Amino acid sequence: MMREKPILRVVSKNLIPPIMLFALYVQFHGDFGPGGGFQAGVIFASAFILQSLIIGVAEARRVARSALVRSLLAFGGILYIGVGFAAVAMGGNFLDYDALDPHDPVHGQHLGILLIELGVGITVATAMITIFFTFAGYEPLPSEPAPDPNREAPEREDLAQAVPPHEGRR
Amino acid sequence: MILLTDVILMLFMVATAIALVFVRNLFAVIMLSGIFSLTASLLYLLMDAVDVAFTEAAVGAGIATVLGLATLGIIGVQDEKPQQRSSLGSFVVVLITGIVLIQAANDMPAFGDPDAPIHRHVAPRYIEQSGEEVGVPNIVTSVLASYRGFDTMGEVMVVFTAACGVLVLMGRTRKPDDYPEEDYREDIDPREGSSDFVPKDDDESVRS
Repeated sequence: MMREKPILRVVSKNLIPPIMLFALYVQFHGDFGPGGGFQAGVIFASAFILQSLIIGVAEARRVARSALVRSLLAFGGILYIGVGFAAVAMGGNFLDYDALDPHDPVHGQHLGILLIELGVGITVATAMITIFFTFAGYEPLPSEPAPDPNREAPEREDLAQAVPPHEGRR
Repeated sequence: MILLTDVILMLFMVATAIALVFVRNLFAVIMLSGIFSLTASLLYLLMDAVDVAFTEAAVGAGIATVLGLATLGIIGVQDEKPQQRSSLGSFVVVLITGIVLIQAANDMPAFGDPDAPIHRHVAPRYIEQSGEEVGVPNIVTSVLASYRGFDTMGEVMVVFTAACGVLVLMGRTRKPDDYPEEDYREDIDPREGSSDFVPKDDDESVRS
């Protein structure tokens, strides 16, 4: 996409690691300052979005494999609910973190909050990455042309010849 | 001073909203809605709601704008022609709704009123007890994650469902997409028929 713009590329490449680091800071510092899983997830996803704006969605998808991203999407929610059931298994109510550490309820609260915020962060980050990749990588099939007000809708048979399959990629 | 800043920011939001209604260019609409969100997050910041301001700036001004631009990349920038028919009926509906809302706002407690019902119900418990009960310095986090943990679980499920919905509606997987573009274009020649998932050039009728 922006291969021909070296300044944008170099600056963005150097920005991506600090963005990810800041996301982790927001994630794990949410107990003490503003922030938490939602904000951290969005910031973490924005690093991937920036990367795909520079090198293109297809290349960025090779880093964030869709199988991995979708697995993590489900894993975050499962982690959250799992903490809830862990509390039940240890004799408390659902999501009652006091039960996670029977000797020190405040420590149990810390552990529970850390884990569920991690679950929130993972799900939000992967959800944003998934949604962006789906939108940015979306190409209409040759059988459904992109809306173009200046062009009349061609007949179906004409279309197969007018737009050869996969020609729309470049 | 803070009151003056509040008023200026709110006037700015009103101006952005009016511009949103009149601008016809979709790119400008997306940018204006991003500006609207950023102004709202500044207002939240002035009200000391740092966490909300953070979320609004990251989600409302950041991700939503990027997603809007991505959508624009799909549908193309089209300037919609303004409708010629009279919109007097809509104006009357909006006017009545606005009057009702302003009337209802009169019954709300004054801004920053310490005796407002919301400050007398569970908020004192959070402020006084959360240090001992949860032990997290940021009360917002302890309310969000611990006292209201079940609500937050619902929010996570909403985000999860949104991603699933987008995948179901738009995330159709065509096999060639799973491979890098170069491999597909050059290494695999569709005409050789070496691979059963690559449609041949004259295979359109089968696919559609």
